[in-house]
Amino acid sequence: MDAILFFLFATITVICAINMVLQRHPISSALSLIGVMGSLAVLYLLLGGEFIAMAQLIVYSGAIMVLFLFVIMLLNSGAEPKRSRHKILLFLGAPLLVILLGVIGYFIQGQIPAQEMVKFGSWESGPGKPAFGSPQNVGMSLFTSYLLPFEITSVLILIAILGAIVLARKEID
Amino acid sequence: MDFMILSLIKLGLVLFIFMTALAYIQWIERKVIAHVQLRVGPKRVGPHGLLQPLADVIKLITKEGMVPSHVHPVFYYLAPFVAVFFALIPISFIPFGQANVKIPFTDITTNMELTDLNIGLLLILGLSGMGVYGIALAGWASNNKYSLIGGLRSSAQMISYELPMALALVSPLLMLNTVSLRELVNGQEGFYFNVIPRWTIFLMPAPQIFSFIIFMIAGFAETNRVPFDLPEAENELVAGFHVEYASMKFAAFFMAEYANMVTVCSVATLLFLGGWHPIVVPGIGNWIPALVHIGGGAICLYHGLVQPARKWDNITLPVFGVAFIGAGLLFAIPIVQELLAPVFWFTAKLLILLFVFIWVRATLPRFRYDQLMRFAWLFMFPLALVNLLITGLLVAATTN
Amino acid sequence: MLPLPPGVPTAVPVTYYLILSAILFVIGGAGFLYRKNIITVFMSIELMLNAVNLSFVAFAYKFNKADGHIYSFFVMVVAAAEAAVGLAIILTVFKNRQTLEIDDIDSMKL
Repeated sequence: MDAILFFLFATITVICAINMVLQRHPISSALSLIGVMGSLAVLYLLLGGEFIAMAQLIVYSGAIMVLFLFVIMLLNSGAEPKRSRHKILLFLGAPLLVILLGVIGYFIQGQIPAQEMVKFGSWESGPGKPAFGSPQNVGMSLFTSYLLPFEITSVLILIAILGAIVLARKEID
Repeated sequence: MDFMILSLIKLGLVLFIFMTALAYIQWIERKVIAHVQLRVGPKRVGPHGLLQPLADVIKLITKEGMVPSHVHPVFYYLAPFVAVFFALIPISFIPFGQANVKIPFTDITTNMELTDLNIGLLLILGLSGMGVYGIALAGWASNNKYSLIGGLRSSAQMISYELPMALALVSPLLMLNTVSLRELVNGQEGFYFNVIPRWTIFLMPAPQIFSFIIFMIAGFAETNRVPFDLPEAENELVAGFHVEYASMKFAAFFMAEYANMVTVCSVATLLFLGGWHPIVVPGIGNWIPALVHIGGGAICLYHGLVQPARKWDNITLPVFGVAFIGAGLLFAIPIVQELLAPVFWFTAKLLILLFVFIWVRATLPRFRYDQLMRFAWLFMFPLALVNLLITGLLVAATTN
Repeated sequence: MLPLPPGVPTAVPVTYYLILSAILFVIGGAGFLYRKNIITVFMSIELMLNAVNLSFVAFAYKFNKADGHIYSFFVMVVAAAEAAVGLAIILTVFKNRQTLEIDDIDSMKL
């Protein structure tokens, strides 16, 4: 069952990702990206990341992509025009990307033994002791061992809000 | 019994009741708004217009599905599906009664819900956030400036109101220390001094009245209901994002809106109003469902037999009255009481909140768009933040 | 649980998740390099971040610790901040130059 779910959602993810790159219209790309993010959330669940899967849904698909969609709809710039002069680059670049993938894959195969199976539910350790990906456990580490990065992130977000407001305000006056 | 078969039976039951309820919420809405505005409301189809939803469904199914020629076809067809999909899924995580209920005359025990998730609340939050894509896509795919503005407004409004909503949800989570909906409700059991229920809105050390109000207001915005129905404001945008939709595709948006309303009200009930726990101590509380039904039946009988206001009332109202009294007597049987009283309480709270939604629609005018944004960012967001801060301080002070 | 025929694998190794992450990363890189629309380029970056997140979560499973989840949580937060600022920049660029093509935005001054 795990394997079926993995292969199903891995296929959806890859198809959506390729579709995102190939589509000419930004809206189609954005929707494909939402598909990627949704199926990645399912893969996170298969890996025991309960909290992170929900954060993926809420933050990525629920907020960031809505923002993207909003901007695309606001600008309404239409499809990207076809350009023929870059064709040669496509033929030169694609093999390089395949080589990059091959190198990454080689290192992954070399570094990690393939025997370790992902068993769904293997993180359940009985009542009273939360699984490693549960909201309780993630929250506990987030507010104890990772407190300083967490606080710094909040400052980063504050700066980002200010930056966005400054950038967006400039064109009003 | 096999888990699979039991789940399928429960699924069928919940689906049937929920779909019927969706149709009848619309009937209730039309009736209530009509009575608020001193009209009668739907009355022709069936007694008191009770068959009106059926007539509407038949009309919407058999209507010609006209597709304008200038739309983006793929997204145009996709949008209603997206809207309905993300509106209906959250219902399957909502518990509506106690766990491990023994069904009488059999040895089956089951939970009063479809699935129990330990991250139920987060999943509902995530999925309801996805619902905006249906509206935004519909607005964009219709290729029409009114629709586009409707879709834009909807997405901006959704992002803005999700913040106070999430912040309002965090405070009860802080106090009850879980994100599983069932455990959240279990944490609200009991009474203070045998009178005040320990619901989150009364729970010491930080009663969550403000976050309940913030959550409900944000819920109005998330479901695009009056006074925040800017995406479909009919006097500026014709009908907003669904101008170009007809027949079942239009019905899908309609259904999604009502399903979202039910989800928001259910979450509010579970998180703030104690879910299926009764409002008074169980000794008396067990008899309230029966009394409410019998009382309703008596009112129907009085208006039917003694004071019939309209032509057919002396026939229709007594029938309803007898039916209500029968239901009330059913609730007086101890076995049924044990089984259905929690469901009754949950449904009663849910219906009261839904009534608030309808009531607000009947009374409040629509916000202007800048007012809507200012309200979210300058009032709701700081209020939710301060509420969370105070709750956090009080919880930290009282726990060791 | 549905019964499966004997040949079908019931689980997959952690490596598969990492390979999937690598594939997504490369696709994101391809989009980043090939596409000419700023918004699509931006979305390709998001795809690459997502790919990295997947490998963080896979490693979190492998080492049975929540640390990987926290890293990907931080990646999400940073991506949110980045999206806010980046989209504001895109809006400003579009207001000033009426185009979203990267190749057309090649002068320092208007």
